[in-house]
Amino acid sequence: MADPMRIRANMTGDKVEVKVLMSHDMETGLRKDAQGKIIPAHFIRNVTVTHAGKTVLAAQWGTSVSRNPFLHFRFRGGRPGEKVAITWLDNKGENRTDEAVIAGG
Amino acid sequence: MDAKRREVLKTGGGVLALAAVAGIIKPGEALAQEWNKAAFETKSVAETVKALGGSGSTLSDAIEITAPDIAENGAVVPIAVESKLPKTQAIAILIEKNPNTLSADFDIPSGTDPFVSTRVKMGETSNVYALVIADGRYFHAVKEIKVTIGGCGG
Repeated sequence: MADPMRIRANMTGDKVEVKVLMSHDMETGLRKDAQGKIIPAHFIRNVTVTHAGKTVLAAQWGTSVSRNPFLHFRFRGGRPGEKVAITWLDNKGENRTDEAVIAGG
Repeated sequence: MDAKRREVLKTGGGVLALAAVAGIIKPGEALAQEWNKAAFETKSVAETVKALGGSGSTLSDAIEITAPDIAENGAVVPIAVESKLPKTQAIAILIEKNPNTLSADFDIPSGTDPFVSTRVKMGETSNVYALVIADGRYFHAVKEIKVTIGGCGG
């Protein structure tokens, strides 16, 4: 099981500012190990962020998003104390969901 | 990436998220999400635009790419894209000289700022394109990023 995401969700004015750091190797499938064997691709393909049952961001990623991916975006309609949930799903079907409580500005 | 697909994606995601919250289905099962394999296998900007449903795109100064001019480490290149185009629906990051052009594609629902920031890998110095779909039309901005040490191969 992958390590938890580090999520910060803070009010800035009337918007919720979300910053996420995910723990994932994001292997491209182009690298070789010490024996010269190709390391198979292993990367997050889908990221979904929800708030109050609504998707506030949906992403599709390829192999060229950096290892331990970082994501930053903003949405309206959130209030302090409410939750933001983030889910990622990778090409091997592994997935992880973490939540954060929106902090005041 | 037509409007209908996006609608399906949005609705589907919402319903699945609700079902997951309600404990009806386990998270893993709720996650059979769409991934545009064809788009992520494209080898040029024109091919990517086509795979994302466009026939071409217009250069726009209403899209801003924030990224370093020179990236010392191609494995971690911070890129932020902000669109000032009304009705921005999607933002994609394309790296022209990477083995696969498309790096990331973000759906921007209404209520979410037309802004995303992430970090990408670059194999070599390349033009980076921010492709924006706004009101069903395709626009782009471009910025060259010089890479000192590539971040894609071994």
